[in-house]
Amino acid sequence: METKAFQKVYTKITQITKATCSLNAEGVGYGELASVSGRLAQVVKIEGENITLQVFGGTEGVPTNAEVVFYGRPPTIKVGEELSGRFFNAFGEPIDGGPEVEGEEREIGGPSVNPVRRKQPSELIATGIAGIDLNNTLVTGQKIPFFADPDQPYNQVMAMVALRAKADKIILAGMGLTNDDYLYYKNVFDNAGALDRIISFVNTTEGPPVERLLVPDMALAAAEYFAVDKNQSVLVLLTDMTLYADALSIVSNRMDQIPSKDSMPGSLYSDLARIYEKAVQFPDGGSITIVAVTTLSGGDITHAIPDNTGYITEGQLFLRHDTDIGKVIVDPFRSLSRLKQLVIGKKTREDHPQVMNAAVRLNADAVNARTKLENGFDLTEYDERTLGFAKEYSRELLAIDVNIDVDSMLDTGWKLFAKYFNKPEVGIREEMIEKYWPKEEE
Amino acid sequence: MKEKELTKGKVTTIIANLVVVEAEGPVSQNEICYVDRAGVKLMAEVIKVYGKQAFIQVFEETRGVKVGSEVEFSGGMLEVTLGPGVLSRNYDGLQHDLDKMKGVFLQSGDYTAPLDYEKEWDFKPLASEGDKVSAGDWLGEVTENTMPHRIMVPFKFTGSYKVKSVVKEGKYKVNDTVAVLLDSKEREVPVTMMQKWPVKVPITNYTEKPRPFKLLETGIRTIDTLNPMVEGGTGFIPGPFGSGKTVLQHAISKEAEADIVVIAACGERANEVVEIFVEFPELEDPRTGRKLMERTTIIANTSNMPVAAREASVYTAMTIAEYYRAMGLKVLLLADSTSRWAQALREMSNRMEELPGPDAYPMDLPAIISNFYSRAGYVYLKNGETGSITFIGTVSPAGGNLKEPVTESTKKTARCFYALSQQRADSKRYPAIDPIDSYSKYIEYPELQDYLNNNISEDWVDKVMEIKNYLIRGKEAAEQINILGDDGVPVDYHITFWKSEVIDFVVLQQDAFDEIDKSCPMNRQKYMLDKVLDIYHTDFKFESFEEVNPYFKKIINEFKQMNFSGFESDEFKRHEKELEKIVKERKVEKEEAVEEKE
Ligand SMILES: Nc1ncnc2c1ncn2[C@@H]1O[C@H](COP(=O)(O)OP(=O)(O)OP(=O)(O)O)[C@@H](O)[C@H]1O
Ligand SMILES: [Mg+2]
Repeated sequence: METKAFQKVYTKITQITKATCSLNAEGVGYGELASVSGRLAQVVKIEGENITLQVFGGTEGVPTNAEVVFYGRPPTIKVGEELSGRFFNAFGEPIDGGPEVEGEEREIGGPSVNPVRRKQPSELIATGIAGIDLNNTLVTGQKIPFFADPDQPYNQVMAMVALRAKADKIILAGMGLTNDDYLYYKNVFDNAGALDRIISFVNTTEGPPVERLLVPDMALAAAEYFAVDKNQSVLVLLTDMTLYADALSIVSNRMDQIPSKDSMPGSLYSDLARIYEKAVQFPDGGSITIVAVTTLSGGDITHAIPDNTGYITEGQLFLRHDTDIGKVIVDPFRSLSRLKQLVIGKKTREDHPQVMNAAVRLNADAVNARTKLENGFDLTEYDERTLGFAKEYSRELLAIDVNIDVDSMLDTGWKLFAKYFNKPEVGIREEMIEKYWPKEEE
Repeated sequence: MKEKELTKGKVTTIIANLVVVEAEGPVSQNEICYVDRAGVKLMAEVIKVYGKQAFIQVFEETRGVKVGSEVEFSGGMLEVTLGPGVLSRNYDGLQHDLDKMKGVFLQSGDYTAPLDYEKEWDFKPLASEGDKVSAGDWLGEVTENTMPHRIMVPFKFTGSYKVKSVVKEGKYKVNDTVAVLLDSKEREVPVTMMQKWPVKVPITNYTEKPRPFKLLETGIRTIDTLNPMVEGGTGFIPGPFGSGKTVLQHAISKEAEADIVVIAACGERANEVVEIFVEFPELEDPRTGRKLMERTTIIANTSNMPVAAREASVYTAMTIAEYYRAMGLKVLLLADSTSRWAQALREMSNRMEELPGPDAYPMDLPAIISNFYSRAGYVYLKNGETGSITFIGTVSPAGGNLKEPVTESTKKTARCFYALSQQRADSKRYPAIDPIDSYSKYIEYPELQDYLNNNISEDWVDKVMEIKNYLIRGKEAAEQINILGDDGVPVDYHITFWKSEVIDFVVLQQDAFDEIDKSCPMNRQKYMLDKVLDIYHTDFKFESFEEVNPYFKKIINEFKQMNFSGFESDEFKRHEKELEKIVKERKVEKEEAVEEKE
């Protein structure tokens, strides 16, 4: 972030808030970068001569006579093959001790893909986790978050998904990541021998919160480079988007905007959509898939952050600790992948949709049976069977430590149907039943 | 054309896409202007004028705009271009043709023409020399994707005219003069096949807008049978995320009995629009065999496209719908999601520091919404023909809570309420329209009741009411069973509950992704409803409540297999037979019932 000789230096700041400062300057473009006492800042408001800057590093200790220099350009990133295997901070500066990346400079937060140029996502992303592959199949070009309580092992599951996903590049965008979690990712990727296909942009909890606002744009600009210029399939991990949204609210509250629900800015939906909609299947084979984390407070998904996210993403995944089997499972009821229709029964075996639906339905019957039990009512013989089914279904399919291919998941499903139910109870189309119902053996 | 001096101005303030301009001459509210950003012209609209200051919303990112940037006012409001060739096109919210834009990414200032000016159309005259005409009257017609497309006296023409000449049958381009009219002062006015109209102004060249009375078949049982939509009706679909709003709207857009479908993808996911782009050119209109795309126009302003154009996009879509209605066509207009449009209004009003109403939405939100819905409707045109716009919008309430301004404002104006229930969606009972909370006001219209009874069966409306009643009874029975326990209630409660489950599984639930089940014509809906009512009216004999559930599951299973089979196919009939057999197992014959009572 070098200062050039001919740049004018301003030294009269008129107003300072926690995240912004204002000064009088001329010839400034909206959205352009500046530095305030060496801290990176961006123009967020221009009223005549009065310019308001959002200071990414926070304004602690900024004096009214701080040196302010305008760069005449919006935030950029240098892209090139050399990004691979590297770790950067929110400004795109190396934090791994390696050299600066030489490459073409590109604006971050660039334009959207023309919808008519998008291709319909159609490639299945196999993760081996049946709670995902069987019930909530992921597809390249999709965007999907984990809605997780802060104590759930979402970072572990994300790392697992990332490594099994067979993506050409994995880009980790860490926002408010604890140092421990950052090191966890680094280790897991390293141990898997995958470092050369990983790129990380990280703002840890040690960094100032407003700085996080740059992280997704940095990561996605890098993702676009690999997906568009190199036609690669890129998986972007955004963790944790709740902390990103919190940073948005800090800035908008400083700008006197009227907050809407849960003190979030009224533009939260558009702000989040701008990021998530970068997920795309390009016509020439490249793709950007986004798997994100939105941490919940007290499991409340009606809070503005998860709520707006749910309206943007193509489904969501919930983790749950299943006390019956003592393992973490992918919750079959609340989780949903909206793009699964594009691949199940098409890229996977024909019985996939029916097996998936029947299993979830029978599992719902088990939930009803459990409610009865809790209310002190007697169970019918059918209720008993659903409970038996649900337990085995959890252990053999939903648990996140299951790692099998989709055909085996389907075979397991049929095996469990036959063990606990008769054919009409399963309610699957007759042709499928005839073909896949396990033949009776003695 | 542009003789009058156009106003210029300079930018003084920039807050995201709100820009204030010091204007050097007159400007009007809603006037379109262009901001010069280093040679690229960014389209914008005046939303407030205060002294010499024009507040404009820029339909693009304002990155790089500076104080002093030049602004040029256009002298006109935001207009759409209407003419043959609007169908099958994919537009952005401002009617720029997305397919004509260069490159994979949208570039600001890349404004493409809405029509093809070089294409030749086979024009046939409908009016003749000496005819007295006024705005909206048909002068001729061309065939657009096998559909008659009327060339009308431009809507902007006021007063009456006399036809001086109409060109002979032949090939013409949209810009060619196809007729010359004489105004009241005998001045010649040329007419081409193309005209412009400001999107915020309704097109009202009809003589009457009666109450709607004709069923608009959607092929979706829970709508057509229980809460019917009508030609020229309005409805909305509120529901939490993931409850099935978009899938339902897509299903309606594919299966509904309409001549023209206009889809406004307003602030939602790009991949969902891509789905339409991919499917519609392939799928056939079940009634005409034409490809769906031939009857469809898509306005795509997805969530990552400029926010300010979101508001414009629904108006653009409505104006296109009005244009086709004026040709005497049955238009279906769908918008997903009207909440995003309201949010765009909120973002702007926020930046302008206006006094906020509930949830920080603008104070006049209810008026804006009801004005928009009131543009739909069934109309009699001046030539006696009829046309209609049926409008169905989705609403995305924050937190799924229907007590919020957009839902409440819409509920006051839209006549059909298709509430999607989280609970039904969670248990995969799709479409998740809550059968008890939802309503269609139209079914109370005597006009529609007559229509249904005349066209489906004489006691249709009674049957529908009966079914609705059974659903409520089923719900009550379920509540009792939950409170008192399976064996704490008489077996009859279980029977009542399971009979309503039959209605739920067979009539309400429908698989939008099944080749056959996805669309159910009215005659089939009638057949199935009668079958289900037969079951409901049958007395069954059970020894204990434990027998009820498995028995009705068998019944439901056969019914579902019927729903999945071609109507009256061998397979269908086989399952029907099987069903009859199952019913016999426990049916209490009438005499038997009498005996038992004695
Ligand atoms: N009729 C249906 N049949 C089968 N599955 C359905 C049906 N309706 C919805 N679904 C399932 O629910 C998912 C979400 O539906 P949809 O995208 O229509 O929700 P939505 O209400 O539009 O959500 P959002 O507000 O987030 O846009 C679909 O991807 C599909 O998996
Ligand atoms: Mg939707």
